[in-house]
Amino acid sequence: MSEVKMVKSSDIDSKFKYEVSKIPGAERVMLCFQCGTCTADCPIAKYSDFYKPRRIVRMVQFGLKEKLLSDNHLWLCSTCYACIDHCPQDVEVASIVRVLRNLIVKEKNMMPMVSKGLATNLLKTGYIYTIPESRLKRRIEQGLPPLPKANIESISKIFDAVCFKKILDEAKTFERVEK
Amino acid sequence: MSNSKYLLFLGCTVPYRLSNYEVSARKVLNNLGVELVEMPEFNCCGLPMDIVSHDLMLGLASRNLCLAERAGLNILTLCNGCFGTLNKVNKMLKEGGEAKEKVEKYLAGDNLKFKGTIDVKHIVHVLSEDIGFEKIKSSVKKPLTGLRIAQHTGCHILRPTKEVGKDDPENPTLLKNLIRLTGAVCLDYMGETECCANPIIGVNEEIPFQVAREKLNNVKAVEAQALITVCPFCHTMFDANQSRIERAFNEKYNMPVLHYTQLLGLAMGFTPDEMGINELRVRPPFI
Repeated sequence: MSEVKMVKSSDIDSKFKYEVSKIPGAERVMLCFQCGTCTADCPIAKYSDFYKPRRIVRMVQFGLKEKLLSDNHLWLCSTCYACIDHCPQDVEVASIVRVLRNLIVKEKNMMPMVSKGLATNLLKTGYIYTIPESRLKRRIEQGLPPLPKANIESISKIFDAVCFKKILDEAKTFERVEK
Repeated sequence: MSNSKYLLFLGCTVPYRLSNYEVSARKVLNNLGVELVEMPEFNCCGLPMDIVSHDLMLGLASRNLCLAERAGLNILTLCNGCFGTLNKVNKMLKEGGEAKEKVEKYLAGDNLKFKGTIDVKHIVHVLSEDIGFEKIKSSVKKPLTGLRIAQHTGCHILRPTKEVGKDDPENPTLLKNLIRLTGAVCLDYMGETECCANPIIGVNEEIPFQVAREKLNNVKAVEAQALITVCPFCHTMFDANQSRIERAFNEKYNMPVLHYTQLLGLAMGFTPDEMGINELRVRPPFI
């Protein structure tokens, strides 16, 4: 028999579900009655031993904040939104996962390395990739118009307005999530 | 608002990696009498940032919406992700509330204000709703009669239904009907609405490869000669990554993956070169 892991009451933040349910997208988290449709229809859960949307929602309801926010498997949601469409309780499961990811960034100062790279490019160029000069030249050969330029100053202002520059500078990163 | 003039929102991935989608889309739309206007300024739609900061996504998306309002044109996207994000935020802001208040703050320094005067459309919606099947059908000069095609519509132009609401997410037909206009046969197969899983490839490759393998198996099982996509992420997953999937599972697919605009362009009589067919990783033997 596998070892039973007990959850200690000290691991529980009983107010967490209220905190989460105030964030847009996660309002209906308490209405989940654990039918499991989300996990059954999740293309990732099919191949992952850990990423199970039903369990994630249950952990929010239980108040297992620390456990959730230190779990990298939350980054495995591919945002297909099947869970949102199929939930009989209209719980936006994928939005709850997004809310939790945002909390990991904000409170744990942690994000995937790929996201940090894309955000850094975005701030510099307006595009999430640094588009090489050779590709811009090739556009001319292909008869395509020049790529629209970004207004870097305005993008920078948006980063400031949502307080994301400091987060981006200081964020620790990880490269890979085990399945 | 005009049904023949749109603001083209290219996104990041099409110009970075799949210019053949852009080239073919521009030629096909031009042939159908659609005028495309370039974005006056551009920034990413915001989708890749949603997972790290929902507010940053809101700011980036709403800036693009305000620029489109200023141009007085509906947005046309080639990417499912850009459509999903811009359409969602457009609807959220039109409803007002907390999101609108936030965005007004973010854009205040930019002298932009959201008014709610435009719509966001994906190229599949423009083709099927605005241009219409009759006009597309009459543009087909070299029908691809007998060609066996499977389609992958992708997630963000179907779900969440309450935000998109343009097709049946359980049994999507828009792209299928568009494919049939070219004279090709559009096949049914298992798991048509399953995700490509590309969005998580930056943190884990094993799962997306398994998800994509299942799709390729199902498409091969109905003897499709090509798979059609309408999103740069889905396309990359099935075309650019196909050889890696083959190696990972010791399989051989040789499944060409075309952008829908390439298929339609060929049926209109454009040459394979004009449609950028030579830029596909898996070469279609039927061309």
